[in-house]
Amino acid sequence: MHMHKYEKIWLWSGAVCLTVFLLIVGVSAYAMGNQPPSHMETIDPKEAAVTAPFDKPRMTKVGDQEYEAIMLAQAFTFTPSKMTVPKGSTVHFKVTSTDVVHGFQIPSTNVNMMVTPGYVSKISYTFEEPGKYLILCNEYCGVGHQVMAVTLEVMS
Amino acid sequence: MIDKRDAKLSLFFLSISFLALFIGAIAGLLQTLVRSGTIELPLSIGYYQLLTAHGVLLALIFTTFFIVGFLYAGISKTMGALYDVPRRTGWLGFVMMTFGTILATIFILLNKATVLYTFYAPLQASPWFYVALVHVVVGSWLCAFSMWNQYYIWKKKTNNKLSPLFSYMAVMTMALWFIATLGVAATILLQFIPWSIGWVDKIDILISRTLFWYFGHPLVYFWLLPAYMCWYVVIPKIIGGKIFSDALARLAFVLFLLFSIPVGFHHQLLEPGISHSWKFFQVVLTFMVIVPSLMTAFSMFAVFETAGRKKGARGLFGWVKVLPWKDVRFFAPMMGMLIFVPAGAGGIINASHQLNQVIHNTLWVTGHFHLTVASTVALTFFGIAYWLVPYLSGRTLTPQMNKLGIIQTIMWTIGMAFMSGAMHVVGLFGAPRRTAYTTYSDHPQALDWVPYQAAMAIGGTILFLAILLLIYIIGYLAFKAPIGEMDFPLGEVEEKATSTPIILENWKLWVGISAALIFIAYTLPFWHMIEHGPPGSPGYKFW
Ligand code: HEM
Ligand SMILES: [Cu+2]
Ligand SMILES: [Cu+2]
Repeated sequence: MHMHKYEKIWLWSGAVCLTVFLLIVGVSAYAMGNQPPSHMETIDPKEAAVTAPFDKPRMTKVGDQEYEAIMLAQAFTFTPSKMTVPKGSTVHFKVTSTDVVHGFQIPSTNVNMMVTPGYVSKISYTFEEPGKYLILCNEYCGVGHQVMAVTLEVMS
Repeated sequence: MIDKRDAKLSLFFLSISFLALFIGAIAGLLQTLVRSGTIELPLSIGYYQLLTAHGVLLALIFTTFFIVGFLYAGISKTMGALYDVPRRTGWLGFVMMTFGTILATIFILLNKATVLYTFYAPLQASPWFYVALVHVVVGSWLCAFSMWNQYYIWKKKTNNKLSPLFSYMAVMTMALWFIATLGVAATILLQFIPWSIGWVDKIDILISRTLFWYFGHPLVYFWLLPAYMCWYVVIPKIIGGKIFSDALARLAFVLFLLFSIPVGFHHQLLEPGISHSWKFFQVVLTFMVIVPSLMTAFSMFAVFETAGRKKGARGLFGWVKVLPWKDVRFFAPMMGMLIFVPAGAGGIINASHQLNQVIHNTLWVTGHFHLTVASTVALTFFGIAYWLVPYLSGRTLTPQMNKLGIIQTIMWTIGMAFMSGAMHVVGLFGAPRRTAYTTYSDHPQALDWVPYQAAMAIGGTILFLAILLLIYIIGYLAFKAPIGEMDFPLGEVEEKATSTPIILENWKLWVGISAALIFIAYTLPFWHMIEHGPPGSPGYKFW
């Protein structure tokens, strides 16, 4: 099929741009480890609240400046509802839902993932700045969805 | 004028479409007011109930009814009056779809289906809501069959002549729709209906989400393709130009069929249970579907420039001035086209893994699709309606209505700049979408979002006024405008353009490749979901 010369130039430049974009996404994902949360572990959603480790939702210190937050998402709150870590800590969040689909987002960080019942969702983040961080649900989960939030305090 | 009976069929579809638009817009206005914190809804209506009505009536009903009505009109215009069987099937489709729409609306208003238009399990609506959706989908399938049947008979009767461009595109659009809706039909029929009636007590959530998004992405191309039809076929005629290339236009549509379906994972990038390699694979395919959009952009501006130069325009950009800016049939779709530049760029952002992490489920996304579907597509549809409605009702577009149409377009653009602009910015700050007014116990960050939500309400108010104006114009054009003959603008192909290769009408080939790509992109991850799936979930009614 014949194409106009200018159209060829246009499409080639478009294709080059798209390839560059994909390379950036790919390198960031595969070489620098910036993969989207894709944890494969499953759990029985009805039993989640009595299955270890989710039977005791908590924040624990697991290493030098490293913490693990085991959290449950339930309509319309997260447990534990108050957590504190010192500044500079890396927190590994491990979250599951006992009922419907929830979201897990901390504004002004890159923490953002879905919490699907039946699966365990994981994400890690290093909190360099002190402050009172909001952890909110960003997937509609029912009439109280807009109140579903807790805070994480990062101490200086 | 096309056959009276076909005009009537088309008009019936368009009427339901505009009715849905009107009701949906009322919900939209109220949503922006609630989110700004200025009003509280009377106790009996909930924010999420409104949002469900808004999503269903606008994203699913307004668009689908408009598209089917537009395609019928164009098919009847380019292939001649509908044959008996296609016309009767079309009416049956209309009845089923309308029945489904009414039923769904009733159940949303009764607060029995406050699950939003994506109806994610395990939120569980009344079974009647899912039954209603099945009627809309199956009714639209009947319309697809009817259009394909018309095409088939036409091809037989003309000894396999090259089909008219409009009709080819219509057949392609409905092919895309049919393949895409197989996913949503499967999840509704096999999962949601048995589970909501109580025949089974559990549902597999990830499978239902995957089937939904298998449909959800091509859905956006189903909205876009009819807008592209207007740009490719109708606009050249209105501006006094010719279609740049029949073959390339068809090729673009083929590429949409191939690449718009096997990409649903880019809506599920942040969920567990799908491995990141499959997510990345589908992101690559997602980027491929940008190519036909680039082709479309080139064709459009090539047409603008050649038409302009033929009218004597000089200089690098002289042709911009001679475009018919005062003709709403051009102006409204053109604004839609221009808005598609930032909107498309936003789409590339959304599909990129790491950036998706920043904007997923924030108001940025809502801002994004109010630029794409609610501006690019909607403005093009409005631009079509301004000539199609009088054309079908045997009336004319008066200069006065033309002027009102231009004002309407400007209002829509300004309103959307406020609303969508504010949504984009506050979304970047982290404000979640699909969330009623809240300050999260006066958290300072959430308090910072409130002024942007007020800007959304200003935009929403302008948009609602624009809808009132639109409904007035359409009503006038349908019932009051002076009787007369309108033109159905259909472009002709540039003489110099290359002839169209027959292979572009080889449906078995294209549907085959499309199926193969779907197979490659979905089989393994889907098998994994079934094989390693967790126990299912019972239903919840949390509203
Ligand atoms: C009067 C004009 C409109 C206004 C004021 C408006 C306003 C809004 C608002 C405030 C939201 C919800 C924000 C949230 O997530 O809480 C929304 C969602 C949405 N709108 Fe519009 N909108 C308008 C027109 C349209 C049109 C024409 C379409 C499509 C053709 C559309 C499609 C949607 C969709 C699909 C959603 C998402 C629903 C969901 O998240 O479940 N809107 N709109
Ligand atoms: Cu929620
Ligand atoms: Cu998509």
